[in-house]
Amino acid sequence: MEDEVIKKFLYVNRKAPYGTIYALESLEVVLIGAAFDQDVSLAFIDDGVYQLKKNQQTSVSSGIGVKDFSKTYRALEGYDVEKLYVDKKSMEERGLSEDDFLVDVQVFDEAQMAELMEQQDVVLSF
Amino acid sequence: MKFGILVNEGPYQHQASDSAYQFTKAALEKGHEIYRVFFYHDGVYNASRLTVPPQDDRNIVNRWSDLGKEHNLDMVVCIAAAQRRGLLDENEAKRQGKDANNIAEGFRISGLGQLIEAGIQSERMMVFGD
Repeated sequence: MEDEVIKKFLYVNRKAPYGTIYALESLEVVLIGAAFDQDVSLAFIDDGVYQLKKNQQTSVSSGIGVKDFSKTYRALEGYDVEKLYVDKKSMEERGLSEDDFLVDVQVFDEAQMAELMEQQDVVLSF
Repeated sequence: MKFGILVNEGPYQHQASDSAYQFTKAALEKGHEIYRVFFYHDGVYNASRLTVPPQDDRNIVNRWSDLGKEHNLDMVVCIAAAQRRGLLDENEAKRQGKDANNIAEGFRISGLGQLIEAGIQSERMMVFGD
């Protein structure tokens, strides 16, 4: 059966959650992809680290009038998507620490991130 | 080599669309196989039949259609990305109660599962984006 192939998929998230639609549509791929039972990891690099920031306020009354989809990251666990990696340098450059994130992540330095990418079969970069 | 192609940017706005086309064409000329070309984000606009570029410029949409026809390519437009951007085929237009459709010849609209499947079935997945 072709469907039994299991590949290592890495989603690389590099963009801020709002301002462009990349983050939201990347998350949509992750959710659909979860149904395929592949070996999934997510990396958050550059402004992509903001996607996981706690306390995002985007409603019309308190923000920019855009749907806040950040809670969806907390639902990923239920889809067996549990390997989330944050780039250390990107995090620190933006004054963030692990406590600022709304899900548990592993913080990787550049060498670890490079190794993670090296291990993948499919890298989808958004 | 069997390639999957992901196009994440719209035509004319961004080089990614041109690069994806050039890569796909070159790969086919070298005898490689293209499992599928998947259009996502603003990349869905590469499939708009209503595109009218100036005559002295390349016609990006027709170029994809022609390449698709010549090589029997599977060119898939993401339905979710397409719908929020106003790109519909005949069935979707009917289903959504819209008075027109605008998908170009050789493209088909389907779900994101087709992208994941391309990742699984291809030996290399190439992403063309920003």
